[in-house]
Amino acid sequence: MSEMVPTRDGFGHELVKLGKENEKIVVLSGDLEDATRAEYFKFEYPERFFNLGIAEQDVVGTAAGLSMQGFTAFACSFAVFMTNRAYDMLRLDVCYNNLDVKVVCSHAGVTVGEDGASAQCLEDLAIMRVLPNMRVVCPADTLEAAKATRQMADVPGPFYMRTSRAPFPVLSKESDPFEFGKAKIIKDGSDVTLIGCGLMVSESLKAAEILKKDGIDARVINMHTIKPLDKDAVNKAALETGAIVTAEEHQMFGGLGSAVAEVVVQNNAVPMEMIAVQDIFGETGKPQQLLERFQLTGNDIAVAAKKAIKRKKK
Amino acid sequence: MVTKNVDVNSLKQLARQFRKEVLETINLAGSGHPGGSLSAVEIFISLYYYKMKHDPKRPDWEDRDRLIVSKGHCSPITYVTLANAGYFPKEELKKFRKLDSILQGHVSKKTPGVEFNTGSLGHGLSVANGLALGAKMLKKSTNIYCLLGDGEIQEGSIWEAAMTASHHKIDNVCAIVDYNKVQENGPTNDIKNIEPLLSKWNSFGWHVIEANGHDFHELMGALDAFDSMKDKPTVIIAHTIKGKGVSFMEGQHKWHGKAPKDDQLKEALADLHKKIEA
Repeated sequence: MSEMVPTRDGFGHELVKLGKENEKIVVLSGDLEDATRAEYFKFEYPERFFNLGIAEQDVVGTAAGLSMQGFTAFACSFAVFMTNRAYDMLRLDVCYNNLDVKVVCSHAGVTVGEDGASAQCLEDLAIMRVLPNMRVVCPADTLEAAKATRQMADVPGPFYMRTSRAPFPVLSKESDPFEFGKAKIIKDGSDVTLIGCGLMVSESLKAAEILKKDGIDARVINMHTIKPLDKDAVNKAALETGAIVTAEEHQMFGGLGSAVAEVVVQNNAVPMEMIAVQDIFGETGKPQQLLERFQLTGNDIAVAAKKAIKRKKK
Repeated sequence: MVTKNVDVNSLKQLARQFRKEVLETINLAGSGHPGGSLSAVEIFISLYYYKMKHDPKRPDWEDRDRLIVSKGHCSPITYVTLANAGYFPKEELKKFRKLDSILQGHVSKKTPGVEFNTGSLGHGLSVANGLALGAKMLKKSTNIYCLLGDGEIQEGSIWEAAMTASHHKIDNVCAIVDYNKVQENGPTNDIKNIEPLLSKWNSFGWHVIEANGHDFHELMGALDAFDSMKDKPTVIIAHTIKGKGVSFMEGQHKWHGKAPKDDQLKEALADLHKKIEA
């Protein structure tokens, strides 16, 4: 059994390290630094930390202004408040002006749990992905979140990273390489490819185990970067395995599944199934109950994989 | 009041010329926003020809003062000012709103001298706060100015930023409200009353100065009063007239975002001329 850690923790700890190394790192929060783990930075570097109150639009705009003075600004809140409430600011201030603002949000997906639909952001990947200049990352575990945090500080320009409230299994090792836009094949296979992001990577691994019992050899890809998407990895998956299942804790429209489908239909059209939330809002419940309710489990992914394989042209 | 030695008569002359060029620029483009450009002429001149520390030869000079044009539709007066100040050749004004032009429809960084892309309202003040906080952290003595429309401050985000500026004692920010009393579909205070404006800003913790936004002495005096204010952000409520200088445009919301046709331009320029004579 893997160790379980929320991906927000990896972000919070790495941010402190970055703060020590680079005095141009500033952090802004909409009064949720406890929940996003940005408070680890606040405790160490209070003079470079700004809690601007419950005012996400102001958080984003102020971060943009600070970046114009040469700072690398991390703007943090819950995914739903930041990406939905402050969308116009992310679009105009950050993306159109192409500024060095890193938007890092926790509390995405149904695994937010008991807080229910209003807090469970299921749209962020889609609406961040359509913004020019924005890069979109959804790490699978805390180590990956930490590496992504470090890399986004080094690469100028806008980034969006989704982190989790729920503990995710630690799948990777400290020494594993991480590169934006480069998918990780974490299990090779030839019958079908399961492409996941965030928690759905570990659920895809569970699916691969289930499929193995039925003699199906599934490839599992950790697609931590939704934009720019690793098209090569998708094309290879289509050509070499002939069927693809995407899995995400996100609405079925516009997220990882859509991004992969865009590549698949324009290059090597193969059967695809998408595991995602079916155009409905979340609910209150325990994370595991909600994964089951919204059919986002390894089991669901395995069922979808069999469907996709069945649709392959003989 | 006014500390720097400036010839107000020459600034007045410049204002007439800018109004003419704003109208010609919009006429040639066939679209654009005359009303809120003509109301802000004296504000722009007071900033670029009197108050702001800037160098057209070095638009990226680190220690320059900054202006965030939050009312991004007043691109014509922004561009006319920057061209005349020497940021780019005036010839470019003829390409306003044309494909591949450095002069985009709304204020954009494609234009040398522009700091920030705008066009969606309610954005500038937060950005100005960020710039000002950054300047303080870098121990720079630069000032950040932010031009707001009166209709624009109906946006809630402006008040989020207003709270931030006073809470964090951002005294190197100076907001200027171009209070021309008219927005796209009618009189501002009929559509959604922003009054009492002075006490509103006051209660948000700002140092408030009222000025006649077409009077250079008053504007320059207000800008100087901002300098000496410590621990509080400053807002200048500049009382202006939408479409100022062209009789048939003044106070008319229909001229918020409409280009004068050739005959209307002729009439407008004659009117401007007549006002100079008078």
